[in-house]
Amino acid sequence: MATPGATTLSDDTGPIPPALRGILPVLLALPVLALAEWTLGASPFATYLLSVVGVNIILAVSLNIVNGMTGQFSIGHAGFMAVGAYIAGVTSLSLKEIGIPGVPVAVSDQLLFVEALLAGGVSAALCGFLVGLPSLRLRGDYLAIVTLGFGEIIRVFVQNTEAFGRALGLSGIPQYSSVAMVYFWVFLVVLVARRIAGSSHGRSLWAIREDEVAAEAMGVDTTGYKVRAFVISSFFAGIAGGLFAHFVPIINPGSFTFVKSMEIVVMVVLGGLGSTTGAIVAAIFLTLLPEGLRSLFGAMGAEGSLAQKVDQIRMPVYGILLVVLMLARPQGLFGTKELWDVLPRWLPRKKKGLT
Amino acid sequence: MSEPVKVLGERRAFAPLLTVEGIQVRYGAIQALRGVSLQVGKGEMVALIGANGAGKTSTLRAVSGMLKASAGRITLEGKDTTSLKAHQLVPRGMAHAPEGRGIFPNLTVVENLELGAYLRKDTAQVLQDMEKGFTLFPVLKERRRQLAGTLSGGEQQMLAIARALLSKPQLLLLDEPSLGLAPQVTETIFRTLREVNATGVSVLLVEQNAHLALNAAHYGYVLETGEVVMAGPGKALLDSPEVRRAYLGE
Repeated sequence: MATPGATTLSDDTGPIPPALRGILPVLLALPVLALAEWTLGASPFATYLLSVVGVNIILAVSLNIVNGMTGQFSIGHAGFMAVGAYIAGVTSLSLKEIGIPGVPVAVSDQLLFVEALLAGGVSAALCGFLVGLPSLRLRGDYLAIVTLGFGEIIRVFVQNTEAFGRALGLSGIPQYSSVAMVYFWVFLVVLVARRIAGSSHGRSLWAIREDEVAAEAMGVDTTGYKVRAFVISSFFAGIAGGLFAHFVPIINPGSFTFVKSMEIVVMVVLGGLGSTTGAIVAAIFLTLLPEGLRSLFGAMGAEGSLAQKVDQIRMPVYGILLVVLMLARPQGLFGTKELWDVLPRWLPRKKKGLT
Repeated sequence: MSEPVKVLGERRAFAPLLTVEGIQVRYGAIQALRGVSLQVGKGEMVALIGANGAGKTSTLRAVSGMLKASAGRITLEGKDTTSLKAHQLVPRGMAHAPEGRGIFPNLTVVENLELGAYLRKDTAQVLQDMEKGFTLFPVLKERRRQLAGTLSGGEQQMLAIARALLSKPQLLLLDEPSLGLAPQVTETIFRTLREVNATGVSVLLVEQNAHLALNAAHYGYVLETGEVVMAGPGKALLDSPEVRRAYLGE
């Protein structure tokens, strides 16, 4: 690239025809997911753990679109997850007796599942729009306060609504979810996040993150872009909630507390605000950490009770982790870079910068 | 009611570009602008001078759509733009280099410039214009891969101007380009501004450094507590005893 500025402007050359480029990742992902599903079928624990990891990846990557790429601070992601979980759960519960005529039960179930997921995602996105529109017009911490309040409102609302099972929660939601379905959505959210980052939309978010006044002066519709980022993020949080509701035996308000929101924020901050791969790595690490600690304590021959306490010491561990991180590496593991930017030099890399 | 504006001398004729009529701006209970009216012609350089808190920046922000005027009318090329926001005014040919420069410190010089051309689709032309910017400010070319935050104050101001020019504005709004800069650097910047103005870009300039601004500008307005109190060609204002006493320390 001999001309300045060509670095970030897209070019239309490449081995893959542009028309195919959009769906090619999907075509590649499907057989891999099918294989994973087939190999894991025998182990319910592995299936469960992988599903939780997947849901957390969706949450972290989607929150990163708002907190990382746009530089706004939302701390109510569990609220949007709850909206998705309950709407999808109730949809599935009311539809589970109905089959779509003319197709096998398994197919009909999956179609209804996707429908329930979309219902949850769209409801969460709608909530995101309603919460975001007033609060994203303002700058600074207002969004944090409003999203924090929103998360609590949703929890309290659910706790007092008969249709959502009050404090007892919803049980009997058909367990439609599968590793393949969870990772299909993981794949989608990553695709969307990466596409946003590389597009002119992403450049607008980037400008907003760097300096809102200057972005406005450049002609960026700051409120519009912030709301859009927030709606996309909320949609995927809703999907994550919907998936979650279909593989855990019961969902109750306790699953969507402020602690859950903070867990997602920690994942995003640990991975590096603005880094999609960072969010993925941190989500995997922090989800598996309690399991790892449990096995570690078990292997050390500790009492069974200590191993069980791992879940209780999770939050202090997160706290210590955050403090250490802020002292040693305030930009997070990857900063704003992606995994391939921090890989060792000997790997072939795309040429960057001006010649 | 406000006192009549004292007008010194004849204004050189320019085709009208921006007309501001009696705009008022309030911050809560405080009224920052009490009806400011001014004009900028096509190819004209206009300076807005005044003390701290006179309303210079508020005027500029109201013109560029970053602040909402509670009363008054702003027209750009005869079209009413009073209710438009900043991002809607940029495609209409208005570029604002905000106070404190407002560059993106964590992006490189080139990336900053690319964002200046944010709304443009003519990539090839953008690259040419970027080169033009580099001819205006050669130091930016040397530093093009450097993070903008590591530039000196003067270089950052140059970058802010070069970036604003990349949106191909008819009207360039500048807020205190001399703020915190060494006199030598300020002179370079003002020389370049005159060059830019000579290519047909109108400039509306807010400055505390009245001497510098009035020397460069075709026409000037003196703002006091949210009102225009005096107007006239730059040189005429420079020669007026009131301006000399109030703003040039004589």
